[in-house]
Amino acid sequence: MSRNGQRTPRYSAWSLVRHGLGAGGEWGRAFRHHTPRQAYDVVIIGGGVHGLATAHYLAENHGITNIAVLEKSYIGSGGSGRNTAILRSNYLTPEGVRFYDRSVKLYEHLAADLNFNVMFSQRGHMTLAHNDSSLRTMHWRAEVNKLQGVDSSVIDPGEIKKLVPYMDVSASTRYPILGALYHPPGGIIRHDAVVWGYARSADAHGVHIHQKTEVVGIDVTSNRVTGVRTADGRRISAPVVVNCTAGWSTLISDMVGVDMPVQTFPLQAAVTEPVKPFLDTVVVSGTLHTYVSQTDRGELVFGASVDPFASYSTRGSLDFVEGLAGHVLELMPALSKMRLLRQWAGLCDMTPDYSPIMGLTPVEGFFVDVGWGTYGFKAGPVSGEAMAACIAHGKPPEIIAAFGLDRFEEGRLVGEKGAAAVGH
Amino acid sequence: MMLLTCPNCGARNVSEFRYVGEAKSRPDPETATPEQWRRYLYFHRNPAGWIKETWYHGSGCRRYFGIERNTVDNAQRPAGVTS
Repeated sequence: MSRNGQRTPRYSAWSLVRHGLGAGGEWGRAFRHHTPRQAYDVVIIGGGVHGLATAHYLAENHGITNIAVLEKSYIGSGGSGRNTAILRSNYLTPEGVRFYDRSVKLYEHLAADLNFNVMFSQRGHMTLAHNDSSLRTMHWRAEVNKLQGVDSSVIDPGEIKKLVPYMDVSASTRYPILGALYHPPGGIIRHDAVVWGYARSADAHGVHIHQKTEVVGIDVTSNRVTGVRTADGRRISAPVVVNCTAGWSTLISDMVGVDMPVQTFPLQAAVTEPVKPFLDTVVVSGTLHTYVSQTDRGELVFGASVDPFASYSTRGSLDFVEGLAGHVLELMPALSKMRLLRQWAGLCDMTPDYSPIMGLTPVEGFFVDVGWGTYGFKAGPVSGEAMAACIAHGKPPEIIAAFGLDRFEEGRLVGEKGAAAVGH
Repeated sequence: MMLLTCPNCGARNVSEFRYVGEAKSRPDPETATPEQWRRYLYFHRNPAGWIKETWYHGSGCRRYFGIERNTVDNAQRPAGVTS
C-alpha cells in the first residue's frame, strides 16, 4: 500500500516477531490525523464500517481518493462497535440473500485484502424454531438459500444437541425446540478490527478521516448538495455527500429535507465473564428474543430484539437483563451461575420492511446508506462496495437496485422481517 | 423500570403499555392516492427531542392516549388525547 509515496508498513508474522524482539521500535499509527481541506470530491458522514468501507472501495475500485470521512465521535463508536459481531447470509428474500451472501464472501478474504487480522471465525449459525410456524419459515428460508447457492438446511433437535451439548432440547421446556435452521458459513468476527482495517486501508489511499467532527448542516443550492458545515465552524465544500450514519440517519437527512421511513430504536446487549470454550456455534432464538455466541476470549455475548418503543437513549435497563437472563436459561440451564460483566445499547434505524435504504435521493449529490436496523454490521463490506459503485457511476448497481428510497412510495417493499427481526 | 403516566391510571411500569407510535394526521382513505397513503404508513418524523405520540394501556384501563415524550432522555409531559 502506498501512502502518498510513502509505503504503509505491512503487518505479517515476520513483523510481529521482529517487534516482539524489540527491533523496529513502536508500531506506527494505523491512520493519521489531518487538517481538513476546504474541499473534497466526496464527504462521507459517519466513520463506522459502512462509511469507511465506502471510502476504501471508492479509492480501491474507482480511483477516487479525495475523500473525507467525518465522524462525530471516534471511529467505530456507533453501531459498528455495539453490535454482536455476527455474520450470516441466510435471509428470506432472493434480493436479501444475494446481497448478504456477497458480504460474507467479502468478509472471507477481508483479512488478506486489508492486511489486517479481522479474526473471522466461520463457526456455524443456528436459528432455533420453537413452534410450527417458525419451523415452516426455516424450511422456506433454507429453500430460498439453497437456490441462491447458500449453505443452509433445517436440522432436528438430535442434531442440535450434537452441535451444542449444553442446550436443553427436551420436550418439557416452556418453548420446546422443534428444529433449527443451520447455516455453516455464518459466524463471528472482531468488529473493531473491521473498522480499523478499513480505516487503515482508506488512509493509505489518501482518504482523510476526521474524528470528533460533527456535521451540523448540509448546504444545498438549487436542489444540489454543495458542502457541509461542522460543529467547529468549518465549511467543507463537496459535490457529493453520503449519509452513512446509523441511529442519526433521520437527523442527517433532515438537513437536506429528505424524509426517511425510519424510526430509531435502542437495542441492548450484554456480555458475561469469560469461561472455557464450550459453545462453538452462534445460537439464535427468535421466540425467546435472544442470541448467544462465545467470543475468542471466552465471554458469552448476548443480544436481544429492539426495545419496545422508539428512543435515542442508549441507557441500559434492568428489566432487559432480567428478561434476557430468563430466556438464556430456558435454552441453557447450566449457565445459571454465570455473571454478567456489562450491558450496553446501540441505536437501530428500523425501516418498515427490515431492509436498508441505499442509493440516490431526490437531492442531487446526496446519497444514503441508512436504515440498517439490526443487520447493518454484517452488510458493511458489500454496502461499501455497492455505494462506491453507486457514487462513481451515478446510479445504483444491480445488487442494491431493490433497496432504493423510492420503493416506499411506490409500494415495492423487500420484506425481510421473517429473517431479520431477531435473527442476528 | 421506566414509568409512563396514563391520564386515567397514573404512573405505571412501561411494560403495561403498548407503543403505538408518532401521532400523525391520517389522510382521507376515500380520496388519498396510494402514494399519499404509503407516505402516511411508512414515513416518520423520528426527531431527537420532544414528540407527540400515542400509547395504549393494555394492562390497565385499555384506553389509547396521547403523551409528549423526549426521545433523548425519555422525559414526559401530558398532551391532549389524540383521536
